[in-house]
Parts: sequence; structure tokens; C-alpha cells
Amino acid sequence: MRHLLNPLDFSVEEISSLLDLASDIEHNLPRYAHVCDGKKIATLFYEPSTRTRLSFESAMLNLGGSVLGFSSASSSSAAKGESVSDTIRMVSCYADICAMRHPKEGAPLVASLHSSIPVINAGDGGHQHPTQTLTDLMTIRSLLGRLDNMTVGLCGDLKFGRTVHSLINALVRYPNVRFLLISPTELKIPEYIREDVLRANNIEFVEVDSLDAAMPELDILYMTRVQRERFFNEEDYIRLKDCYILDKAKMKLAKDHMFVLHPLPRVNEISVEVDDDPRAAYFRQVQYGVYVRMALIMTLLEVAKPC
Amino acid sequence: MLNISGLSEGIVLDHIQAGKSLDIYYHLGLDKLECQVAIIKNAKSSKMGRKDIIKIEGPLDSLNLEVLGYIDHNITVNIIRDNKIVEKKTLKLPRKITNVIQCKNPRCITSIEQELPHIFYLSDTATETYRCMYCEEKYGK
Repeated sequence: MRHLLNPLDFSVEEISSLLDLASDIEHNLPRYAHVCDGKKIATLFYEPSTRTRLSFESAMLNLGGSVLGFSSASSSSAAKGESVSDTIRMVSCYADICAMRHPKEGAPLVASLHSSIPVINAGDGGHQHPTQTLTDLMTIRSLLGRLDNMTVGLCGDLKFGRTVHSLINALVRYPNVRFLLISPTELKIPEYIREDVLRANNIEFVEVDSLDAAMPELDILYMTRVQRERFFNEEDYIRLKDCYILDKAKMKLAKDHMFVLHPLPRVNEISVEVDDDPRAAYFRQVQYGVYVRMALIMTLLEVAKPC
Repeated sequence: MLNISGLSEGIVLDHIQAGKSLDIYYHLGLDKLECQVAIIKNAKSSKMGRKDIIKIEGPLDSLNLEVLGYIDHNITVNIIRDNKIVEKKTLKLPRKITNVIQCKNPRCITSIEQELPHIFYLSDTATETYRCMYCEEKYGK
């Protein structure tokens, strides 16, 4: 039995197979409508996340399975003080697979140690968010046709943005990927990503604070939201939340075949006037997220591809 | 000259970095044992200038050398039987340590689930870096 806790749990080859399956699902959706008949996914969301939870639920429903779960800690037995390990033992009796989001880092790992069903990390604090990474990889591969030989700009909250950390970890495994890390000083990439991931793998990267200057170089621009819930100090949040706003003027600086991704939800870091630009790919990204989660559920449940 | 009697059976922890002996005393749980323990601080050492030494009397099979390896893998462990050194153990940085250090990341699951063991793994031997198994936060010695 396998879990997905970290984007690196899957090798490059396994990710390639998973994305191939997701792509086949995208083009032949009706063929997959019953491959998970009778299977259940438990979505254990200890903190609110409409998008990710609905994506998992949509994915399982598309496969013919059903869903159960909770959408906040207050509506779960965690409110009564139940531990993650006890909760997962209980859930293992009810469902075939589970997706867990938790505000505390490492909670899905704790669950996996006591689970008899596959555990998918659906985001743990500022730590990892592997299915967002798979979504990002699928989006990039579908739009650019490759996961190598590109310049990726990551913009906004690079300190607490777990999607950014996970994406960097995943992309450094592909050849000739260069990063422009665009953030204010306070929200720079953590030292362990800079040293242990980028420098340790001899990856070319530049840390800059100007989005305008970076735009012409990019093949992918990955925007992020400055997340209020990651700050202990409200004043810091207010000071930093509007540090980058992508608008039409900035888009004019970009290549014609550059694409803008965002893990969503956005607040105001991407102006709505950008939404109609064909290079704005963040809503397509949401759709890819469902396909890749369908592929992941099938893979972890060891469900065969339909003939 | 300070005289401390020799051991007929026990363990001598030698080449402890000067000033670290009390940390080791508590980390090894020696305060909870009833055997005789001698702590020698700031002993002269040709190799180290000054060093600490701990002498522990009696058979101590349960002594957690993993902890010792984490604290200072340069310590020499001498096993004494019948008044003689019968074995000299050298220590290595342990790959994994359990309940020796605590994760300080307020966002780590261990910050709210008190019963979880605090497990760290060695992520970089050259820099002797340990990371929390759960949140991967680096632990600074």
C-alpha cells in the first residue's frame, strides 16, 4: 500500500505514468465513469479548503466512487481532542482511501503510520501539498508540452507558500529548469529550499524583487497569494499582502507563449482584467487538478485502466 | 590533584567536550540511576586542552549510546570489567534519534499532539543537520 505525502514520493517515471493516465482521462472521461464503483474516499479537512476538497470529491465521483468526510476541525472529533492517529484508524474502517488537510505540518505522515488505507496529503500547514504539485506539473506539461528546458518565475509568498516549495522540489528533477524567485525580502524562499534543494542540485536560480524585470524571461509565471493564516502577526500580513499585483500592463512584458498559473484562491494578486488573456491558465489548472487526482486515486487504489 | 577511585565494572565516558558533562548526565538519564556516578569537569587533556569525564559504576546495558552519538560523537566510551578496559567504543552520528530533542516549529503536529515521539533524522552528515521527521524543520544544536 502506498501513500502520497510528499511530491518526491513518486519517481520522475511514476509521475510521467500518472500524468499520462491523467491525460488519457482528460480525453476519454466517460470511459472512467465506473472504474471506482463501490469505492469511497474520506476527505478529512481539518482546515477549510473549498477547492482542494471539492476537487478530490469531484475526482472520486467522476470515477463512480462516493465520498464522505468533514470540512473543518470543529465538525470533526478533533474538536473533542481526538488524535490524528485515532481518527485515521476509525476512518480506515469506513473508506478505501483518504485525503487529509491539516494545519499542522506532518499530520498526514502521522496518519499514514497508523492507516490501513492509502493517505493522500491534501496540504499540511506550510509544508507540502503534493496534489497541487501534480496539478501544476500536469498543467505545465499540457500547456508547454514539456517539463524541462524552461524558466519558471515564482512570485509572492515564497516563504510560507507550500505549493511553491513542493513545485521547486518536483521541478529540480527535470533538466535545464531555471527559477526566478520573485518576492519581498520578508517572504523569500526558506533557507532549506535554497541550500538543500536548489544549490545542492546545482540549479540555476535568481532571487529578485521586481516582477516587471522578470516577466520577459519567463515561460511559466506561478503567482501565489500572501496567506493571512500563515502569519502570527496581522501587521506583517497587511504590509505584505499587496506586494505584487499582476495586471495587463505587466502581461504586455511577457512572452506570447508564457502561461500564468496560480494555486488559487486569489485575492488581488492577479487583476481580473488578466482573466481573459489566453495566457491566463489558472482556471484550466483547476480542471487539470481533477484529472490528476482521478489518476492518483486510481493509482493508489491499484485500479486498472479501462480497456 | 583530585583523586577518584577506579572502576571495577562500569563505563567511562572520556573526551567529553569541557562543560558538556552535565548535559550528558541528564540526557542519559543518569540522574535517575542509583549507581555511583563521578563527573570530572575540566580535566587536563593533551588532545583537547580541557575535557570532561563521566565514570559510571555497574553493568549498564541500557545506556543509550545513540543519544551520546548525537550529543558528541567524539566521545570515547570505555567499557570496564575486572578493573580493565575491555572495549573502547567509538560513536557515530545516529541516523535517527527519538525523544532526545524536541521540534520547536510551532506549526509541527508534535506541537499539539503531545504523545507523539519526537523523531529526528540525519539529513546532512557533513553539517550534522537533523530534521524533524514530521515537519522537516531543521534542528539547531
